[in-house]
Amino acid sequence: MSPQFSDYALVVAAVLFALGLFGVLARRNVVYVLISVEVMLNAAGLAFISAGSKLGQPDGQVMFIFILTLAAAEASVGLALVIQFYRAYKTLDTDSARELKD
Amino acid sequence: MYAIVWLIPALPLAGFLLLVFLGRRMPRAVAAVVGVGSVGLAALATVLVGASFLSAPPAGGAIEERLFGWVSLPSLSFAFGFRVDALTLTMMAVITIVGFLIHLYSSEFMSRDGEFWLFFAYMNLFVSSMLVLVMADNLALLYLGWEGVGLCSYFLIGFWYREPEYCVAARKAFIVTRIGDVSMLLGLALLVSSFATLDIQELLRRAAAGWAPGSALPVVATLLLLGGAVGKSAQLPLQVWLPDAMAGPTPVSALIHAATMVTAGVYLIARLSALYALAPAVQSLVAIVGLATLLLAGLAAIAQVDLKRILAYSTISQIGYMFLGLGVGFYSAAMFHFMVHAFFKALLFLAAGVVIMAQGEEHNIFRMGGLRTALPAVFWTFLIGASSLAALPLVTAGFYSKEWILWGAWQAGRGGPLLWLLGGCLGVLLTSLYSFRAVFVTFFGDQKIRESHLPGARMKIPLVILAALSILGGFIQIPSDIAPVSLFESFIGGVFPKAPGAAEGGSTQILLQVVASALSLIGVLAAYVLYRRGVGAHERLADSDAYRGVRRFLFSGLGFDWVYKWAFVKTFDCAAKLLKGEVVGRAADAIGSANAAIGRALGALQSGRIRWYLVGIALGAVAAVGAAVWL
Amino acid sequence: MIPAIVLLAPLLGGVLAWISGRAGRLWVRIWPLALLVLDFAALLAVWIGGNPDAFHEGAYSFYADLIVPWIPQIGVSVHLVLDGLSLVLSLLAVFIGIVVILVSWKRERDHEGFFYFNITLVLSGVLGTFLAVDLFLFFLFWELMLVPTYFLIVGWGGERRAPAGFKFFLFTQLSGLVMLLAILALYFIHGGSSGVYTFDLFGLIGTPMSSRTSFLLMLGFMAAFAVKLPAVPFHSWLPDAYVEAPLEATILLAALLSKSAAYGILRFVLPLFHDAALAFAPVAYVLGVLSVVYGAVLAFAQTDLKRLIAYSSVSHLGFVLVGIFALSPLALQGSVLQMVSHGVATGALFVVAGFMERRLGHRDLSRMGGLFPLVPRLAGAGVALALVALGVPGSGNFIAEVLIVIGTFQASPLFAVLVSSGLVFSVVYALWMIQRAFHGRAAVSGSLRDLSALEAAGALVMILVVFWLGLHPQPVFDATSRFLQTLQGGA
Repeated sequence: MSPQFSDYALVVAAVLFALGLFGVLARRNVVYVLISVEVMLNAAGLAFISAGSKLGQPDGQVMFIFILTLAAAEASVGLALVIQFYRAYKTLDTDSARELKD
Repeated sequence: MYAIVWLIPALPLAGFLLLVFLGRRMPRAVAAVVGVGSVGLAALATVLVGASFLSAPPAGGAIEERLFGWVSLPSLSFAFGFRVDALTLTMMAVITIVGFLIHLYSSEFMSRDGEFWLFFAYMNLFVSSMLVLVMADNLALLYLGWEGVGLCSYFLIGFWYREPEYCVAARKAFIVTRIGDVSMLLGLALLVSSFATLDIQELLRRAAAGWAPGSALPVVATLLLLGGAVGKSAQLPLQVWLPDAMAGPTPVSALIHAATMVTAGVYLIARLSALYALAPAVQSLVAIVGLATLLLAGLAAIAQVDLKRILAYSTISQIGYMFLGLGVGFYSAAMFHFMVHAFFKALLFLAAGVVIMAQGEEHNIFRMGGLRTALPAVFWTFLIGASSLAALPLVTAGFYSKEWILWGAWQAGRGGPLLWLLGGCLGVLLTSLYSFRAVFVTFFGDQKIRESHLPGARMKIPLVILAALSILGGFIQIPSDIAPVSLFESFIGGVFPKAPGAAEGGSTQILLQVVASALSLIGVLAAYVLYRRGVGAHERLADSDAYRGVRRFLFSGLGFDWVYKWAFVKTFDCAAKLLKGEVVGRAADAIGSANAAIGRALGALQSGRIRWYLVGIALGAVAAVGAAVWL
Repeated sequence: MIPAIVLLAPLLGGVLAWISGRAGRLWVRIWPLALLVLDFAALLAVWIGGNPDAFHEGAYSFYADLIVPWIPQIGVSVHLVLDGLSLVLSLLAVFIGIVVILVSWKRERDHEGFFYFNITLVLSGVLGTFLAVDLFLFFLFWELMLVPTYFLIVGWGGERRAPAGFKFFLFTQLSGLVMLLAILALYFIHGGSSGVYTFDLFGLIGTPMSSRTSFLLMLGFMAAFAVKLPAVPFHSWLPDAYVEAPLEATILLAALLSKSAAYGILRFVLPLFHDAALAFAPVAYVLGVLSVVYGAVLAFAQTDLKRLIAYSSVSHLGFVLVGIFALSPLALQGSVLQMVSHGVATGALFVVAGFMERRLGHRDLSRMGGLFPLVPRLAGAGVALALVALGVPGSGNFIAEVLIVIGTFQASPLFAVLVSSGLVFSVVYALWMIQRAFHGRAAVSGSLRDLSALEAAGALVMILVVFWLGLHPQPVFDATSRFLQTLQGGA
């Protein structure tokens, strides 16, 4: 069986997720970290849709709508956190917040 | 009159309770009245009970009175019960009457002490405990009294507790006697596990029926009990505490460390004589312990310079005589010597107390002298006491009691000429030598310290009464070859197994008496030559090194203290020091600190950098997914 | 109902104290005190008027028996019984509770409401262990004692309280978990063999097991009890916890928590694993003798008064351990008497130590001396209690130790000899304490306040109780003999 469209889409989703993860891990600026998280969320959404189309099930699209709302909520909470972060540390560098160190 | 028996120990106990709770606020006179009065009343009650005991002997030869239950279990029960027979009555009479005289003396002797009331509280508690000890009808109650007198002895030795060395002496006395007590407790345990009772009469009956003479169990049991007896009575090898116990006030030494408590061991063996009859080997051991102790303590006494220590060693030595009497089966003789010894030794101590007080707390006899004229009453009473101690023939009570024991040592089944030779000849010689050494050095020669604090009536009266008893007490039991008087034996003899081969009289006995008497007189003469005549031969001797070495050895009580110090005290101290750091606890702590180290290492991972945490999450997720796919 | 009342009364007092914490200093103390006094009265009434044979369960008989199903699906019920042994020990617990509250009456501290709540919670836990015969419930109470004690140590303790509390918690918690494992194993073995899954003690007695299993399970129980008792070498939490805990918690620890361990051995280990316990006896003897000697030697080596008493406590509990495993009637009775007497005497000794610390500002024996003429009442009480520690004739300890030695002799003469050496060593440390603190030359200048009439009366009452136990121990023997007799027959 030759690869179908949805298989390519899954590969794209995996690459997107890896890029997003790399962004989260490598970036120190909170705003970029937030954008990377958005990328990962969207990668997950893409994976759901392509998996749904491959299996011929509507569940994947349902999940994507869930993820959209989740992403919206996450963006608003995340941006609020960014503002609070900036207020507290006068910077957007995540490494400057290390108060959990024992 | 028998109904008041329980009052005899209860009165001093009541005195103790009154004094200990209210004594601090009592005027001295009231405290003295309570303290002396309670013992006086107890003495009166004893006399009344004794009178009716003599006039109308109770059935079975003993008054029995059970006050109330104590422990009652299916496998063992004992009560607060008293049993008064002739032996007990003898002890009670000595305890209360001599005790009363000593209390009376103390009321003047201690009158300047700040804790006058406390002294009488302890003394009353002592008298009460001692009475419980001798009156108990079971060994548990006896053991209660036994521990009680040890406790009072501790407090009274350390009565002047501001002096650390007195405290050390008190502690030593308690610990050494406690070692003996534990041995005795184990003896009781053995008896219980064999006969399931602690009632003395019942126990003796069952033992006589159940144990074959000479078998292992009675030997072990009597040995363990002997351990208790040698501890309390300061016999070898536990005699080391008594000389140091002289740190206590002199009336204490007179009452506890001469007349009563130290003879508790003698009482114990006499009380359990039927048990010792089942273990002939141990009974012989009792005789040997007594003999060895009397000789060693006699030797040590010769080298002492502290008047009270001379008397302490002499007490050890005289109790050695009592043990010798017990060991050869002459129980009545041992008890007779106990009684007579209580009279003359209490007298000597009380007289010594006056001397020391009058010499400004000086204890060294070589710094005293010439007190014959300064303190005539004390001189004469001390002389009577010393004569009785030295067993000067015919006129002193000590002669009659000691003769009886020596006669037993000579002719009893397990006695023999050797026992007599060592105990009789050497012992008598040593005794009269050290007692008259004390007399000559203290009371003759030139007076070196002016006398002060002359004794008043309350101190003199007990001296006179005890002096009279030290002479007259002997005439109630006279060997048959001199005069057939045997009041004591007929009173107390029924309590004990018949003395072996007790046939008296004959030329042998007279010969032995003459030899012993002669030796006693030779001892006096030797003391005169050595310590009195002119400068005294003693001082010429003092120059030689050998003599000084021997003297130092004798002075130290023959080195026992030194051995015990290194063998036990230092070992215990070392163990305590070693363990103080909690060796065992450290091991447990090590587990804790190992965990802490691991925790610190892992704690480094918690850097606080959120990106590292995310790396962790990502790697973990990959690993989890990988594991799920792989497997 | 009586067991439930006994159990819940202190807890109610504690809750009321917590609630009224802001209302003022007085009510915080009055509530728990009043309820404890009521509890005491109730227990006394049961002792005097109750019928010890009112309820039966096999060979056992009780004053009161309460069963309420709790989680019937797994066979857990609230099963509380009150027999002579639990009655005597509960009385001890409530008595000590009253003492603790009176001792702390005048002392001000932070969060008093919560403090008293913790104290009553410990008491309830202790009472629960004395009453519960459902193993699940017993374990619950066993753990329940632990947490408030930990809070008392770290919340109101001395300078080094944090590590001390932590150590205490770890030791007891871990050993408790081992016991939980043993309980669960026993539960499943019994359930597997009989089909009835129950945690009830009387259901579990006589569960058929191989002797090896039985021995292992017994070790699980003994782990918890040996740590809590404590027996050397599981004792190293004790000195730190006793010393760093506030006085009130120290009294609770010394007087009660150690007794819950000895009680656990009597109530659970011996009936459940009788033969295994017999096989274990030599080990228990060794542990007991070690505790007796080691505790006494270390007590002598201490200069901190509280630490000295802590080690003396180890030494005394060694006697209890030996006596219990000797399993002879005399030794068992002696052990129970020693538990009660030691509870009161050591509690009182810690009270006196607390009085001394409040007056002197320290507990260092090497800086004390000559207190006797300065504070005669305080010193008198201290001397009397130190003497009780060495087994003064007439005290409860005296008769208990005599019985233990005699009873142990019947089981094993060798260990009777070894354990009686503790009687000599106890003299050494007790006299050392008396002479360092009260005798000798005065090391304190200026004047100290002697005990007030109330304090003196309190100390006197405790001393009198100890001597009452020594001179008239029969009521305790009568109360406990029913249960103890069941232990010897092989259950």
